[in-house]
Amino acid sequence: MHKNEKIGYDRREFLKGGTAIAGATAAGVLLPAGIARAQQAKLKIGMMLPATGTFAPLGLAITNGFKLAVAERGGKLGGREIEYFTVDDESNPAKAPENVNKLVQRDKVDVVIGTVHSGVVMGMAKVLRESGTLWINPNGGAGAMTGAMCSPNFFRTSFSNWQTTYALGKVLKAKGHKNAVFITWKYAGGEEMMQGFKEGFEKEGGKLTKELYLPFPQVEFQALLTEIASIRPDAVVAFFAGGGQVKFLKDYQAAGLKGKIPLYGSGFLTEDLEASGDAAEGVETTLHYGDGLDTKKNNAFRLAYAKAFKLQPDVYAVQGYDAGQLLAAGLDAVKGNVGNKSAMIKAMESAKIDSPRGPWTLSKSHNPVQDMYLRKVVGKENKVQGVAWKALADPALGCKA
Amino acid sequence: MDFAFFLIQLLNGLQYGLLLFLVASGLTLVFGIMGIINLAHGSFYMVGAYLAWSLSSLTGSLTAAILLAIPLTVILGMGLERLLFRHLYQRDHLYQVLLTYGLILVFEELRSLIWGDDVHGVAVPALLNASIPLTDNLSYPVYRLAISGVCLLLAAGLYFLIQKTRLGMMIRAGASNREMVQSLGIDIKLIYTLVFALGIALAAFAGMINAPLSSVFPNMGSQVLIICFVVVVIGGIGSVKGAMAASLMIGLAETFGQVLVPEVAGMIVYVLMAVVLVWRPEGLFGRG
Repeated sequence: MHKNEKIGYDRREFLKGGTAIAGATAAGVLLPAGIARAQQAKLKIGMMLPATGTFAPLGLAITNGFKLAVAERGGKLGGREIEYFTVDDESNPAKAPENVNKLVQRDKVDVVIGTVHSGVVMGMAKVLRESGTLWINPNGGAGAMTGAMCSPNFFRTSFSNWQTTYALGKVLKAKGHKNAVFITWKYAGGEEMMQGFKEGFEKEGGKLTKELYLPFPQVEFQALLTEIASIRPDAVVAFFAGGGQVKFLKDYQAAGLKGKIPLYGSGFLTEDLEASGDAAEGVETTLHYGDGLDTKKNNAFRLAYAKAFKLQPDVYAVQGYDAGQLLAAGLDAVKGNVGNKSAMIKAMESAKIDSPRGPWTLSKSHNPVQDMYLRKVVGKENKVQGVAWKALADPALGCKA
Repeated sequence: MDFAFFLIQLLNGLQYGLLLFLVASGLTLVFGIMGIINLAHGSFYMVGAYLAWSLSSLTGSLTAAILLAIPLTVILGMGLERLLFRHLYQRDHLYQVLLTYGLILVFEELRSLIWGDDVHGVAVPALLNASIPLTDNLSYPVYRLAISGVCLLLAAGLYFLIQKTRLGMMIRAGASNREMVQSLGIDIKLIYTLVFALGIALAAFAGMINAPLSSVFPNMGSQVLIICFVVVVIGGIGSVKGAMAASLMIGLAETFGQVLVPEVAGMIVYVLMAVVLVWRPEGLFGRG
């Protein structure tokens, strides 16, 4: 769609030039000038998100959330109309530099929003660091992005992997569990979540008896479940996502471990309750959002989202929505003048985001400082049990900002 | 790990090996016996799983879904053979690679259009939805044992078909010299159509009965594709016996690898393959 608009614009510009040379009538000069000003004022936003593949629904939720935040501001941010440029990142890290270059070099966008897959985020980093383009990441939780690789033009509105499991240590301690086993895929995301849990649990005096890893993205859990039964820990903590999470929950139940050794995890473990069925019942997780959070802001958000898109919002929609809110805070402060980047970054750094998940601010390394909720699966819902950790900040290891 | 748990892990390894044989059996037939490189094997596995899911939610029974889906996949296999594969038997393997790679993309896109991109669970049939307690805190799902039984039956059936029947003889003869078999008055075209369709149906069948264990999700085919080729290559091209031996070896290696050396578990299968190929370049039971 935006392509057509561009063609229209070019033709008008051409006409404008023509009329100027001809020194035409007053009306002829006024009309193109008006259009030219409106065009100049359009803010170019590049959306680099997955539109195909396993993560496509996540990309859609983020886009919807973002557009809802824009719509609530009358379709404008910082007083400027918006032109969207979209690229499907296919959740393919190998194509990340090429894809983000389409937005930066070809479309010359003012802001980049993206993306879901942590590996793709890392692939975008080099290009965006060099161009200095303002960048808001609405999901991928790679620790390095707000750690050793932190940079002034990068902002995250979601979480760091570490954050999603750190609070579990306190939760397990409160339940009287003295030791635990962590099971996940052997890849960066899984290991960061394991690390977060380990730190949090050991601080409380707990002991991580064993780390169990499965090659990514295998889902044959039988051998490791047998191992868990033979270790007999007080509790099991897990991270799996996508197809893996449902299968893990089902296998855990089928192996007879459910009900004997309590299961915990980062909230992503119970994000697909439709497919998990009763295998997820009773599983407790920590995450920065819960569908049933009963606050005025969340209720209003859920209603508006459902009305606009005929879909129920999830945590990804919230992260997209907050990306829109954070960008608005920056643009409002500079009245839409993206050129004034340092003032804009400053405004975003000190913004207090009124999010459906509860209010949050940014840490020095531009990661949300946010409440982590303890949720429990009851029926088809992640019921919020309370706040597991108030205002949890990522340690931002190695960030020199 | 005490002795009881060692035995349970042994059972896990054998059971996983049998599962691998089931998933790779279709490829053994099409690639191993017919010599067609079928990269789309995983796609047929996925089609089977999605059919099992959609038909079982329609009929309310996995058994009914499987009975309905098998004829559909046989027809799909025959259609594809007639339309596409038939024209490539005489060509270089590269053409088959190109065609079947293209089919992967086509099937993924069709799957997305027809069934969407969500993950789905398939219920285990009520009759088999139980667990046998092994120790005080671990039980074994009956459905897994039932699948193992099906795998053994299938293996025996395939072996009998290829080695002991007249049809099997014609298939083997056709694979080594197509023209000669044809000039003996055997309708090799028909035989190829049937065997190819059987291979596709086996791949899809594996997806169907594995659906309650693996759940159903996009790109699930690409996950099994590589391991299937590993099975056929280790076992030796053209050997059902070899595929079975390779499957069990891989199953045991993966199971004990994950428990004993978790750091390198992802590599074990490929190390095993490398060792076997250095020792016997034609695979365990290959025709040298």
